[in-house]
Amino acid sequence: MAELDTSQKGGHGKKGGKRSKKMSTRVDLTPMVDLGFLLVTFFMLTTTFSKPQTMEINMPVKDEAAPEEGMAVKSSKALTILMDKDNVLYYYKGIEDPILEKSEYYEKNQSENIRKILLSEHARVDDLMVLIKATEGATYKNVVDILDEMNIVGITRYALVEITDFDKDIITKQGEGKAG
Amino acid sequence: MPKVKLPRKSTTIDMTAMCDVAFLLLTFFMLTTKFKTDDTVVVDTPSSISEIKLPDSDIMAITIEKKDTVDKVYFGIDGQFKRAALLKKIGERFGIPFSEDEVYRFSLISSWGVPLKDLKAYINMSEAQRTKYNQEEKVGIPIAALEEGKTLESELSFWILYGRLTNPGLRIAIKGDNQAKYTTIKRIMDTLQFRKVNKFNLVTDLEAKPRS
Repeated sequence: MAELDTSQKGGHGKKGGKRSKKMSTRVDLTPMVDLGFLLVTFFMLTTTFSKPQTMEINMPVKDEAAPEEGMAVKSSKALTILMDKDNVLYYYKGIEDPILEKSEYYEKNQSENIRKILLSEHARVDDLMVLIKATEGATYKNVVDILDEMNIVGITRYALVEITDFDKDIITKQGEGKAG
Repeated sequence: MPKVKLPRKSTTIDMTAMCDVAFLLLTFFMLTTKFKTDDTVVVDTPSSISEIKLPDSDIMAITIEKKDTVDKVYFGIDGQFKRAALLKKIGERFGIPFSEDEVYRFSLISSWGVPLKDLKAYINMSEAQRTKYNQEEKVGIPIAALEEGKTLESELSFWILYGRLTNPGLRIAIKGDNQAKYTTIKRIMDTLQFRKVNKFNLVTDLEAKPRS
C-alpha cells in the first residue's frame, strides 16, 4: 500500500553508491485481519445456533400404593381442555354437566382462540386448575402448543391427564353438533 | 506569508493490534465450539416460548420420528464410553454377547432406532447401510411390552434403565416430531415414569414471545 518503500527516494538524491536497499519490514496486515474476522463470525454463528430450546416438564410422582388417589379439584376452579383429532380443540368449565365449547389453536385463528379463553378464565378465577386431556387423534404438536399456552398465559396449575370415557362421550355427543 | 506546508501523512493504519484481537477471538471461539454431531434423524419439533437451553452433555435423547403412519422411536445417550458401557449392560441383561469390536463400533453411533434382535446386524453395517436402514425400516425401539401382563416393561424401558445406570446424572430430552401421535408420547412418558423419571425436557424450537 502507501508505504511500499520510502527508503529508495531518500537514497537517490545523495549518491548513486551501491548501498543495499533498506526494505521495509512492514507487512500489510489487512487481508489477515479480514480472514480473522471472517472466521470469528463463522464460529460465533455456529456456536449460538446449535443449542436447542427445551421445555421442562415435571410429572407428578406416581404412587404405586395408591394409584387412584389424586388431587381433588373444585368444580368451580376447573377448566378442561380436550384435544381431538385434526387439530380440533374443545373446552369446558367445571366438572359436572359440562357444556362443551369449541375453540381453536392460536396459529389457526389469531383473534378468537384458546389463549383468549385462558386469559379471561385466569383473570376470573383464582387458582384456576386446567386439566389437559388428549384423545388418540391428537398430535404431539397439539400437546406442546397447549403446554406453551399455559406458559404464555402464566397458569401455574395445570395437569396432563388421561382422557376418560366421560370426556369421550361428551365429544361424541356435543362435539359433532358444534363442529357442524 | 510563507505557505504552510502540511506534512503528508500516511493513510495506513497499523493493523497489528486489530489482527491480534481478531485472532484472539478466533482462538476463543474455536476452542469453545462444539460441532453439532450428526443427527441420525431429522425431526421437525414443535415450537414454544421456552428459552431454557438444553445442556450439551449428559443427555439421554428419545427421538420420535413420524414414518408414514407409525411413530418410530430412537434412543441415544452422549459420551462414547458411556455408550460402550451401556451396550455391555444391555448385552448382559438380554444374553446377547457383543465382541469388543462391536462395542467399539456401537460406541460411535450417537442414536439408534433398532429393536434388540436387529441390533447386532445394525452395528455391523457400514455407515451407508445404516442410513438406508434408518430410512426404510419402520420399527424403531419397541415401546410395547416385552411380555404379556408387564405393561410398561418394554425394550425402551430397559434402555432408559441401563442408560441411567451408566450415567446417573443424565437429563432426559424428548424430541418429537410435530405430527407424532400423542399416544406414542404418552406411552414414552409413562415408560419414563415407570422407571421413576418424573422430570424431563421436551425439545422445542424457539418461538417469539407474544406481547401481552
